[in-house]
Amino acid sequence: MGLSGLQIFKQLPKTNCKDCGYSTCMAFALQLATGKAGLGACPHLSPSVVELLGEIASAPVRRVEIGPADARVVLGEESVLYRHEKRFEHPAALTLLLTDSLGDAEFFTRLNAFAGQRFERVGELLRPRLIALESTNLDWLLRRAADVAERSDAGMVLISEDPRVLVAAAVHLKDRRPLLCGADLKTFDQLAPAAKELDCPLVLRGANLRELEDLGLKALDAGLQQAVLEPVAASPGDLLQAHVYIRRAAVRDKVKALGLPLISFPCRFSVDPLLQTALASAFLAKYSSVVVLDTIDPAHILPLLALTQGLYSDPQKPMMVEAGIYPLCDPGPDSPVLITTNFSLTYYTVMGEIENSKIPVWLLVMDVEGQSVLTAWAAGKFVADTIAQFVKKSGIEDRVSHRRLVIPGYVAGMRADLESELIDWEVVVGVREAADIPRFLRALGRES
Amino acid sequence: MPIGGGQAFPLHFFDGALPTPIRICYEIWDCSPDDWSAELEAVYGHVWHDPVSWAREVAGHGAEALYLRLKRAAMEPSADLTDVATDARRIVEASGLPAFVVGCGEPDVDSALLPLVAGELAGRRVALGNAESDTYHGIAAAAAGGGHAVIAYTPMDVSLAKQLNVLLAQAGMPEGDIIMDPTCSAVGYSFEYAYTVFERNRLAALAQNDTRMQAPLIANVGQETWQVKESRASEDDLPGHGERLARGVLWETVTALNLVLAGADVVVIRHPESARLLRSAMIGLSERTGAWD
Repeated sequence: MGLSGLQIFKQLPKTNCKDCGYSTCMAFALQLATGKAGLGACPHLSPSVVELLGEIASAPVRRVEIGPADARVVLGEESVLYRHEKRFEHPAALTLLLTDSLGDAEFFTRLNAFAGQRFERVGELLRPRLIALESTNLDWLLRRAADVAERSDAGMVLISEDPRVLVAAAVHLKDRRPLLCGADLKTFDQLAPAAKELDCPLVLRGANLRELEDLGLKALDAGLQQAVLEPVAASPGDLLQAHVYIRRAAVRDKVKALGLPLISFPCRFSVDPLLQTALASAFLAKYSSVVVLDTIDPAHILPLLALTQGLYSDPQKPMMVEAGIYPLCDPGPDSPVLITTNFSLTYYTVMGEIENSKIPVWLLVMDVEGQSVLTAWAAGKFVADTIAQFVKKSGIEDRVSHRRLVIPGYVAGMRADLESELIDWEVVVGVREAADIPRFLRALGRES
Repeated sequence: MPIGGGQAFPLHFFDGALPTPIRICYEIWDCSPDDWSAELEAVYGHVWHDPVSWAREVAGHGAEALYLRLKRAAMEPSADLTDVATDARRIVEASGLPAFVVGCGEPDVDSALLPLVAGELAGRRVALGNAESDTYHGIAAAAAGGGHAVIAYTPMDVSLAKQLNVLLAQAGMPEGDIIMDPTCSAVGYSFEYAYTVFERNRLAALAQNDTRMQAPLIANVGQETWQVKESRASEDDLPGHGERLARGVLWETVTALNLVLAGADVVVIRHPESARLLRSAMIGLSERTGAWD
């Protein structure tokens, strides 16, 4: 990350042969620097240069993949500590822990509940993506892994204190590419060669920074690329510190041995599922890529999924919703017409309040390039003539029998101008704060 | 009740001194709310017609501080503002708690009301709000006159937050008397925007050492999370989403805890169960053995 075009150019052949498809080596280098071209396009690079550039250009946190080819969970490739610096790359995977202490009935209840949890938010399907099976009993692990495979396409984490059981289970299940959990300094030599040979990612478990760094180095020496770090901590506070220190070491200090995704077990800190959920949310924000819970109640899971979706969204993209007419609460020809901007925060707040009121409304959402009402007004995008054009073109006149438009209270000053632009329409000044919309709508209903 | 003063992000004890705990405030109104969720009504419905009892009730729930919103001034347009201000004092006194007292949200009303409140509560040192870019002057003067702090409210924008702090300083507001409310939003409702604004505010104070940004941050969580459908809709209206109480409490707690991680020194909540859960989570996240130093 962060390699400039010039630095890359120095490593290229400088022959301008155009074999890569670009007119000069410099042009190619600039495309490489922004990630738009790949090193493979140049057939004249020596292996050592490929390795050097590949190394420097890769993210400080390695990419790790769990699960079968048709349902891969990709983790890592993170390059920042704060999301606004670039973005968080691969959303964390919520994971349900199922242990051999669960009876048959409870096991299947939970497994079915897991498979049933799918929520659509902002056009994206959100769901918990991994199941962790924990046992020292090989038969149990294999039988349950078969149950999981039959009922869901979830990736798996296999947890066992017995390294022989873990290796034996991995031999049987290698096609599903489970995450093996895990190796500490004592068991590393038993587990690492098997994990490498079976091509399964391996958890490296350490009780302090030095242990984890040692394990990370051993993994690098052994050529084990696919690994995940598990800092073992006595308290949530220790775990927070461990996560922050590990990610800082990877991103800021480029410590390769610690440049791996993190797994955390908030379920180990409390039997209270609400507290577990609250703690899990902290580790989602602070760098954990695999967060293991032993609750599968949707009331616990959904806030964590929604949080993950938000934290991993791209801050460079303006947050906009599509412009147009949004029918809320099943409106009819008499329902009021409100207008706002397409800044997603504005839209969701207004939409939420209208839905709360349960009063049917036509909400006009105008494209102002994702700005809030006041910002768009100040920028001349949400003003009388542009609003008038939008209202006329929107098609709302075919949907309602009245001609009454409610504008946000913050732009009350444009009412007269807007009425002169929208000749048939009466313009009503609404409220400034979305929280007051239900009250406003009720009063509006009484009035008309 | 001292707030702020930290030399690191909240809960990042391993990074620097954090001399004051995160303060959890309970929001109450000076009149019966007409739009609070059924789960909140189940807790406070029996007292919210009488704000003095409501204030005592939240103190009984273990509240550390009160966040009193003077909504009556907006909901009863005929209400005498002098009465509203007198009631504000009675409510704050009944709670026996440190208090944040904010207006009804309508600038004209608040500009007239808040100076009266500042006078009524003179000497009790509350945090008075909201001072906004177009109303700050009168509110800052009234707050200073009554020995209060001010809440500087800006609509989710780092530079606007700084600008308002500069204006308040020019109006004579001492640095130690400003608390920033940079606007928050609920998880799942463009939360990431609020998260990042809190984080960047805090980074400006810590990493860039920007003295204009070194005011403590308050996150007004409850009013956001209890508006979302996940906190309000009944089990019939939202099948497959679990119990409404758990939904509402977790939506509030998860939003609050993440804003604390992003920099909030004070969080305003509505449900006592959220306060309990948030406190437990923060206690856990504060426990350290030194193994990872």
